[in-house]
Amino acid sequence: MRRHANMGWTVVAAVAGIVLAALWAAPLLWALSTSLRPEYETISPVFHWLPQHWTLEAYGKVLGAGNVPRWLFNSALVALLVTLVTMAVSLMAAYAFSQMRFRGRDALFLLAMLAFLLPFEALLVPLFRMMNQLGLINTYAGIVLPQVVSPVVIYVFRQFFDAIPADFREAAILDGASPWRVLWSVYLPMSGNIVWAMAIVTFIAAWNNFLWPFIIVTSNDMMTIPLGLTQTYDAFGVRYAQLMAAALLGALPVALAYVVFQRRVTHGFLAATGLKG
Amino acid sequence: MRTLHRRRETLPAMLLLAPFLAAFLLFFLVPALQTFWLSLTDSSLTRTSAFVGLANYVTLVQDPSFWAALGNTFYFSLLTVLPLTVLGLVMALLVDRFTRAGPWLQGAFFLPFVLPISVMTLIADWMLQPSSGVVNYLLGMQRAWFADVHWAMPMVAIGTIWWTVGFNMLMFLAGLRNIPRELYEAAALDGARGWALFRHITWPQLRPVAWTALVLQLIASLKIFGQTYIMTTGGPYNTTRVTLHYMYETAFTQSDAGYAAAIATAFVIVVVLLSLLQGAIARRLGGAK
Repeated sequence: MRRHANMGWTVVAAVAGIVLAALWAAPLLWALSTSLRPEYETISPVFHWLPQHWTLEAYGKVLGAGNVPRWLFNSALVALLVTLVTMAVSLMAAYAFSQMRFRGRDALFLLAMLAFLLPFEALLVPLFRMMNQLGLINTYAGIVLPQVVSPVVIYVFRQFFDAIPADFREAAILDGASPWRVLWSVYLPMSGNIVWAMAIVTFIAAWNNFLWPFIIVTSNDMMTIPLGLTQTYDAFGVRYAQLMAAALLGALPVALAYVVFQRRVTHGFLAATGLKG
Repeated sequence: MRTLHRRRETLPAMLLLAPFLAAFLLFFLVPALQTFWLSLTDSSLTRTSAFVGLANYVTLVQDPSFWAALGNTFYFSLLTVLPLTVLGLVMALLVDRFTRAGPWLQGAFFLPFVLPISVMTLIADWMLQPSSGVVNYLLGMQRAWFADVHWAMPMVAIGTIWWTVGFNMLMFLAGLRNIPRELYEAAALDGARGWALFRHITWPQLRPVAWTALVLQLIASLKIFGQTYIMTTGGPYNTTRVTLHYMYETAFTQSDAGYAAAIATAFVIVVVLLSLLQGAIARRLGGAK
């Protein structure tokens, strides 16, 4: 009787799992299948699940002409800069918040955490006006700078530093090490995993950021790939094989980062929501 | 010793904090205060002009476009918040249940979440094409989904669910993995199984996670902009023009920064009020710990 009931649940779960996984994989597989066709097949009145003529033509066209390579380069540069600066800024701040004693520390930390509450979207208008005054519209600095304020990353690093026994730090200080030295040679090596996790999550978020680049970039040459992809109708006309090829190329770096670092991505996202330290 | 320590550390601490504080001040605190200040002026996008008091807010409460946009935002939230939470839970249970296939399921459910928004929208657009789209082929139709007043928003919602459910799945999965095994073993000894195990052990343990997921999801859904902006540009007949889209148009097309700032401020108030309300409901129901 018990056995029978459990079998029933297993079958239901298996069917649900297969159906849902198929539904979730289908759009990407369909995009891939489209990107591997010659253009005329995408508008053919006769429907085929697989390409009748397999070809990389769409990828060649996308990479050979138009702005896609430039947008990919911009995205890579912006995402790398955002990640490096965010990590440096946040590690230093988290170390000070966690390990150093100074007046107003808790008040400052609380103030920083206020940024959790206010959606970035509410800041768009004054941020744009400020960038305009600073002459940073259509510049890498303009795209990167507002993205490096990440209270979440500081919060996660601080939690992690708080948990490291103070003995390590005191020993280093007795040896005459400066705060920089302690952070760099004692705390950083012990934080390898969490730093990697946050760096990958930051990289993915920066690669995918749409809203801020959309506000700050008007010139085609300065667009990142998520922004550029919305312009592709103008770039290619309605050529679906090329559109899907461009979309998949724009997704490739983050998809690879996810597949290769799956555990760290998972860990990073969970740390960022405060569910796991 | 203690005071000596403190005095010695203030300067180095400030040096370590300086880059963050500078960025925080410039790119968060000042713009946050400016949003409120601007909402009390009739400034344009590039020029700051006269203080007008609460005039923008008076206009706002009488502005049918604002209420329509807010209504569209709520409609989108209604279509996404609960499905995304429930589906996330179902997916987490499935991933957790199968040892071998679990990681593959997890990959399939989570991968869309790491894709840029425009990849999601391009694929959705291609699949929903009136004549060559795979969805219409399967349904034997020729419907222009994004041009249909009844279907545009639900289609945006479906695209969003596909795109973001992986994150909720991950939260529930973490919650599931934190449930002590002993609870299940004890219940199994008492003869509980299947649905009873879920009802008496899994769900009570997961309830705080479910509330967190609901709150985060509600805030995320209220903040919708990119999906509708790219897929429908707010159409047809503004039926998918959401609050942030209206704010964006007011600021960047009409160059009315003062009014846009008032919309932004009202939006923040709505988001904060709704998350507080949800928190209060959670406490009343004993859901959150």
